[in-house]
Amino acid sequence: MSEMSKIVRTVSNMLFPFIVLFGIYVIAHGHLTPGGGFQGGAVVASGCAMILVAYGSGWVFGKIKEKRLSAFESLGAVMFIGVALLGLAFSGVFFGNFLAGSNLLFGVTPAVGSTLADINTGGVLPLMNFAVGIKVIAGLFVIVLVMAYASSVKEWK
Amino acid sequence: MSFRNMVAVILLSLLAVFFIFSVLLIHPFGAPNQTQMDDHMIEHTQDETGTNNGVTSIVFDYRGFDTLGEATILFTAVAGVMMIFRRAKK
Amino acid sequence: MILNFPFIAVVAMVFIGLFAVLFKRNLIKMVIGISIIESGVNLFLITLGYREGGVAPIYTGLPAGTTYPEGMVMPVPQALTLTSIVIGVAVLALMLSLTMHIYRHYGTLDVRKIRRLKE
Repeated sequence: MSEMSKIVRTVSNMLFPFIVLFGIYVIAHGHLTPGGGFQGGAVVASGCAMILVAYGSGWVFGKIKEKRLSAFESLGAVMFIGVALLGLAFSGVFFGNFLAGSNLLFGVTPAVGSTLADINTGGVLPLMNFAVGIKVIAGLFVIVLVMAYASSVKEWK
Repeated sequence: MSFRNMVAVILLSLLAVFFIFSVLLIHPFGAPNQTQMDDHMIEHTQDETGTNNGVTSIVFDYRGFDTLGEATILFTAVAGVMMIFRRAKK
Repeated sequence: MILNFPFIAVVAMVFIGLFAVLFKRNLIKMVIGISIIESGVNLFLITLGYREGGVAPIYTGLPAGTTYPEGMVMPVPQALTLTSIVIGVAVLALMLSLTMHIYRHYGTLDVRKIRRLKE
């Protein structure tokens, strides 16, 4: 794909930080408001797809190798399974919630009923939200990048 | 129309009649039947899990094993796409 | 009969998708038909758990005066729909990559001409 005109490139430059910030907000507050890992990851991946369309796939493929993005996705998967195995080590069951109720990192229990949002609650859930969010961002961006670059090369042998 | 197309249209209309009959026999829209598991999950979300969001606590804590399988599916899709568009090194 | 209207909409979506898979000749139109069937199944899963006059099962900022298990919508079908949407995305990505590969090899997208193994 070739790049688009200067107006399109300037407007997507200005919009890209706000989209990424909103996506990270949806991922980080997954245990208080509607959202979570998968939804926030889809928002950030669509922002990255907007940059890919505005700048052309040849330029973006020259800057970001696909092997590094694939390693980034594997890092998210390893973090997810690592948190689950820590639950097995500390409380006896696979995926056990060992941080809820204790006074470690995320361990405050909210009051019963309609409460205000306290980000210190949640147990092991915010860590899992971040792991799944990283995995979805890297996975969707790699799929769109490889398919866009493969459709513009004439002789793919 | 050819013979194959007519047989396909007749079978599809039989399937449509069967589907519409079975859809009218489901519970009326707005009054579901079995609610024991959902009542327990709504009432005990804040003591056992420690979050305010009921859906996230089900996806990551009460049924976390399904989320592990879904992460595997995302990984398999990325591996399949990268394998199809692989270039031979010169 | 007018009360079960979302379920009849699900049956209509599944049959539009089946019509596109069986009676069209272009490969891209068949892929779009499969995606319409998956959207119909997701809609069916969500509308199974609706309670009349209920709110979302989230405790942050509840409207005043809602009773807990009877005034909230069932949360388990929503969790199953999240997994189903991600499975639909993965299957769509693999189908489109295979379609691009077929077009590069055969030169056409007509299903009736892609029948023999071509060297």
